[in-house]
Amino acid sequence: MGQALKKEGVHEIVSVADLNLWYGSHQALRSISLSAMTGEVLALIGPSGCGKSSFLRTLNRMNDLIPIVRVEGRVIVMGQDIYHDGVELAELRRRVGLVFQRSNPFPKSIYDNIAYGPRIHGERRRSELDGIVEQSLRRADLWEEVKDRLSASALGLSGGQQQRLCIARALAVRPTILLMDEPASALDPRSTAKIEELIGMLRGEYTIVIVTHNMQQAARVSDRTAFFCDGSLIETGVTSELFTNPRNAQTQDYITGRFG
Amino acid sequence: MMRERIQLFLLASCAWISIAITLAIAVALLQETVSFFREVSAAQFLLDTEWTPLFWEKHYGIWPLVCGTVITTVISLVVAIPVGTTIALFLAEWSPRSLRQIIKPILEILSGIPTIVFGYFSVTIATPLLRIIFPSLPGFNALSAGVVMGIMMVPLMATLVEDALSVVPQSFREASYALGASRLTTMLRVTLPAAAGGVVAACILALSRALGETMIVTIAAGQQPRFSLNPLQAVETLTAFIAQVVMGDTPYGSIEHRAVFVVGCLLFLGTFTLNVGSMWIRERFSSTR
Ligand SMILES: Nc1ncnc2c1ncn2[C@@H]1O[C@H](COP(=O)(O)OP(=O)(O)OP(=O)(O)O)[C@@H](O)[C@H]1O
Ligand SMILES: [Mg+2]
Repeated sequence: MGQALKKEGVHEIVSVADLNLWYGSHQALRSISLSAMTGEVLALIGPSGCGKSSFLRTLNRMNDLIPIVRVEGRVIVMGQDIYHDGVELAELRRRVGLVFQRSNPFPKSIYDNIAYGPRIHGERRRSELDGIVEQSLRRADLWEEVKDRLSASALGLSGGQQQRLCIARALAVRPTILLMDEPASALDPRSTAKIEELIGMLRGEYTIVIVTHNMQQAARVSDRTAFFCDGSLIETGVTSELFTNPRNAQTQDYITGRFG
Repeated sequence: MMRERIQLFLLASCAWISIAITLAIAVALLQETVSFFREVSAAQFLLDTEWTPLFWEKHYGIWPLVCGTVITTVISLVVAIPVGTTIALFLAEWSPRSLRQIIKPILEILSGIPTIVFGYFSVTIATPLLRIIFPSLPGFNALSAGVVMGIMMVPLMATLVEDALSVVPQSFREASYALGASRLTTMLRVTLPAAAGGVVAACILALSRALGETMIVTIAAGQQPRFSLNPLQAVETLTAFIAQVVMGDTPYGSIEHRAVFVVGCLLFLGTFTLNVGSMWIRERFSSTR
């Protein structure tokens, strides 16, 4: 699994240095420095409330929507300091997709859900949109299940299908990086397996940063894992090594289930 | 147990009383309507283009009153729906809390103004202002009454639409932003469509309110039934006719007096249908969500 990292020419597509984040006066992230390599799957694990989601949401500036948030530090995504003035938010979020913990399809048809992203970015040609919709649904492994009812409401899909629809919707704007915040935590085991399989299929093509509560999941899907605790980054390493041979005592306690 | 039963009984009887009163009104209206049609043929009612029950030569064609109602109602909706919806969108999706705290009370004050004041406002201020654009506007006219009625309904519209927007889950907006949408795009393409049921219901309620509005049109629209849809003239609405007769010295039981009940019946049917329609739409949209 770690092999991708050792290849020549792999570089840091996301590079965070000395990141601090506050909600009002509450500091949720402390001096985080962490990178993601092009094409890898990076898992973020840690106890509840340790700041995984906050970290994830800084990478496409979704935290901007919360008025009390203050961010300090350097976040370089694809060579650009994204907290620099003059960053095109729309373009950043197009290239850094986000899949939420609870699937949140729009109350529109399956087709319109997928076509929403391309449309707001200016794509109007029907044939082009048809192509994007099919391709995105195929990538999210949903095409066969929904191809005959593209104009039906997305809300009629099962929970697992809805989450795959949301992944397809994120893929439809052709992102380079995909952020996933516990994408399977609200799903049954079969749908979860399906999502994990999907991540396996997307690996390499996209850089994926995934938050998960489930350590087996992290072990199964990721190349590298970062362990957060109390707003700090405790340890990061190649997944297989971090799980079999953690360097830090706190990490050891967490992965062996002694706390968290 | 006993207390609960008494409470239930009291609540149920209140509900039944209001149903009984509604039914009684409907029966009274129907009775008078039936006796009206013993004297005036339905053909005249539907085909005549003049409405002159208070004149020597009486005509009972309903269309002039319907025209008056349609013009003033349409004008008021043209004002209230876009303005109210825009204010609601601004309040729910855009404005910082500080500005919201200024706009909300203004709307509340606006909705507390008695309609007679609006009527007066229409004659003394709105009409002279509208004359800047339409110099030939008569003192009493449908345009001014309709516009002022629209202004009166803005708070109603804004509040209802804001309510509809506030129940749209935040996760829809977040999904849109995460795809790179701007605030305006999210508002117009996600939030507003998701609230469509509530918005349509609000429009229907506003329509029903406009149909029933009496004071402003009685004062400002001119009380001249006309078979025409020109807004730059004096007109008379269904409601204004009722007010005119009831406040005049028409003897009880006369045919002119019965005409009031016929018109009332028509209004009752109209607003009743609209309110039920509004409820139905709201229900339908909320169940598909
Ligand atoms: N919108 C917010 N306003 C104020 N505080 C917040 C907000 N969101 C998160 N926090 C706080 O920031 C800290 C980190 O939260 P975050 O959601 O990033 O944790 P997490 O690791 O994702 O937890 P979980 O595993 O439960 O999702 C928590 O203490 C939380 O209470
Ligand atoms: Mg979280």
